[in-house]
Amino acid sequence: MREMPLISVEGVSKRFRFPRTAPDILTGRSPAAVHALNNVDLEVHRGETLGVVGESGCGKSTLARCLVRLLEPDEGLVRFDGQDISLLRPAERRAFNRRVQMIFQDPYSSLNPRMSVRQVLSEALSVHAMRQKADIPARITELLGLVRLPADAAGRYPHEFSGGQRQRIGIARALAVEPEVLIADELVSALDVSVQAQVINLLLDLQERLKLTVVFVAHDLRLVRHISHRVAVMYLGKVVEISPTEALFAAPRHPYSKALLDAAPELDPARRTCVAAARGELPNPLDLPAGCLFNTRCPFAFERCLAERPHLSNRGPAHLAACHLTDFGKPPPATIAAQ
Amino acid sequence: MSAGAVPIAPSAKRRRALPGTLVGAVIVLGASLALAFFPSLFAPYDPTAFDYNAIMQGPSWVHPFGTDNFGRNMLSRVIHAYRIDMQIAVFATTGPFVFGSIVGALVGYVGGWVEAVFGRVVDAVITFPFLVLVIAIVSVLGPGLRNMYIAVGVVDWVFYARLVSAEVRIQRRLDYADAARGMGYGHTRIIFRHLLPNAITPAVVYLMTDMALAILLGSSLGYLGLGAQPPAAEWGVLIADGKNFMTTAWWVSVFPGIAIVITGLGFSLAGDALADLLRVNR
Repeated sequence: MREMPLISVEGVSKRFRFPRTAPDILTGRSPAAVHALNNVDLEVHRGETLGVVGESGCGKSTLARCLVRLLEPDEGLVRFDGQDISLLRPAERRAFNRRVQMIFQDPYSSLNPRMSVRQVLSEALSVHAMRQKADIPARITELLGLVRLPADAAGRYPHEFSGGQRQRIGIARALAVEPEVLIADELVSALDVSVQAQVINLLLDLQERLKLTVVFVAHDLRLVRHISHRVAVMYLGKVVEISPTEALFAAPRHPYSKALLDAAPELDPARRTCVAAARGELPNPLDLPAGCLFNTRCPFAFERCLAERPHLSNRGPAHLAACHLTDFGKPPPATIAAQ
Repeated sequence: MSAGAVPIAPSAKRRRALPGTLVGAVIVLGASLALAFFPSLFAPYDPTAFDYNAIMQGPSWVHPFGTDNFGRNMLSRVIHAYRIDMQIAVFATTGPFVFGSIVGALVGYVGGWVEAVFGRVVDAVITFPFLVLVIAIVSVLGPGLRNMYIAVGVVDWVFYARLVSAEVRIQRRLDYADAARGMGYGHTRIIFRHLLPNAITPAVVYLMTDMALAILLGSSLGYLGLGAQPPAAEWGVLIADGKNFMTTAWWVSVFPGIAIVITGLGFSLAGDALADLLRVNR
C-alpha cells in the first residue's frame, strides 16, 4: 500500500475579491474577483522535492501561501499529516507552523530590518522552546554554520548582507525550528545566477542531511528539473499535469506542459525551433474561459474543450494530466519497449 | 564554491555622518533641560521678588532682559518659566503619543471595518478646530495645567494613531510580517515587536513637532488665563503680563517670545535629526 501523503491539497480554490464598486451595487452584480486557484489537487510525499512550475500569475505563490496557512482557501482543504489545517486548535496550529516553514522570494522584504540576525534566530528558538535559554547562543552559531555564514554575522542587521546571504538567513530562520517541510517560494529568482547555484546546492545539501520535504515553487524549468523528484505544472490556478520529473521532461502529456518546455530556450542551436508552442496571452484571471482553462491558447482544442473542464487522470506510473486528449504526447510503443 | 563560510564585504561597515541637525538639537534642548531642572543655578534673581526701585527698566547689565511692572527680573522669570514650559511639552504629548501609537498599531493591524470606522472618527476630530476644542474643554473643567493636559490628550492621540495605523498597514503586507505569522508568532508579538518598531518613526518625528506645538498651545492658554496661573512664570503668562505696556516696555513680552521661538526651533531640529537617525536601512 502507498504511504499516506504528508501534505494533500484537495480541491482548493482561492479568489481575491475587489471591493464592491458603486456600479456593482446598483446592478446587483457580485464584485470582480481574481481566480487565483481553481480546484487544485496535489499530494506531497515525505522526503521528496516537489517542483511547482508555471508562468507568472498562475497561482504558484498563492498555493505556497495556502500550504502554510498564510491564506485560507475559499473552497477545499489542505491536510497535513492527515489533519485539515484550517481546523487546528491554537496549540496544534503553533506546532504546524513549526513543522512547515516557508522561505520567501524577496530577500529584501522578508527580513525585519530592525532585527539583527541573532534576534531573528533567538526569537524563533525561544518562542518555539527549541532550546534552553543558555543553549541558544551555541545553537545560533550552529545554524549560521549550517547555512555557511560566519559566526560574527549574528550581530549584524539585514542591510549589511547581500541578497544571497539574506536568503541564507531566511533559510537559517526556517531551520531554527527544525521543520519537516520547507516551502520555498521562488527561493532564488531574485538572485544572480552565480549566487543561485550556491543557495540551491545549500538547499539540496540540507535536505539530504535533515531529511526535509521540500515544495519548490519556481518558474525556472531547468532549476526545477535539477532538484525535483516530481513536478507539478500549473496553469491559471490549476494543476494541469503532475508527474515524476524525468517522465514529464521526456514526454509531457499536457499541451501546456509541452508549450512550457518548448518555450525554454534550447542551448543546442541545432535543436532550436521558431515554432510558437502556445498562442496568445494568458487569459484574464478575472474572467476565466469556460471549459478547459487552456482552450484559448491550445493548438489542439476541439469542441469538448470549450464545454467541459478536464480533470486530472492517469497517464502512467504516478503521472497525471488534465486534458481531454488522453493520448497527447504518448510515447510510441517502441520507446517504451526500449526502456 | 567551497563549503567554507563566505566573508561579509567590509563595505557593509559603513558609518553614517553625524547630522548637523542633531548637534543643534542637542545644544538647544540640552540647554533648555538644564534651565528647566536647575533654574536657580542660572537665574540671577528670585523670579518672584518685587523690587520697587527697579520698575519697568529696559535691558541693562544688571537686568539683561529688563524688569516688569513689579520690578521683577525678567531674565530670572524667563529662566524659571523653562520648568513649566518644558513640562508642558513633555506631559501634554507623552500620553497621546503612547496611547495613539498603541491604538494606531492595533487598528492598522486589524484593518477592515475597524479601520474604516476609525478613519471617520479621526476625520471628525481633525475637522474640529483644535484650539477652540481645547479652550472649550478647559472652560468646562476649569483653568490650570492638569485640565489642559486632559483637554489636549482627548484630541491629540488621534494624530499619532493615524500616522501609526497608516504605516502599520503598509508594514503588515511585507514578507517579514508574513514570515512572522508563518513562524506561528502571536499577534501581540507581531504587532509590538515586528511591526511597530518599523512603523513608529513618523510618529516619533511628529512627537518633536508636537512638543513645540504644545508649548505654543500652553502659552496661548496661559496668555488667555486658562493655562498656568499667575504668579507662576510661564512664557504665555509673561507675554500677557507685558501686553499692556507693549509700547513702553517691549522687553516684558518680547524675551519670553524669543524663548518660545528658540525652544520650538530646538524641537524642530530634534525632529529632523530623529528622522535621519531612525531611517530604516533596507
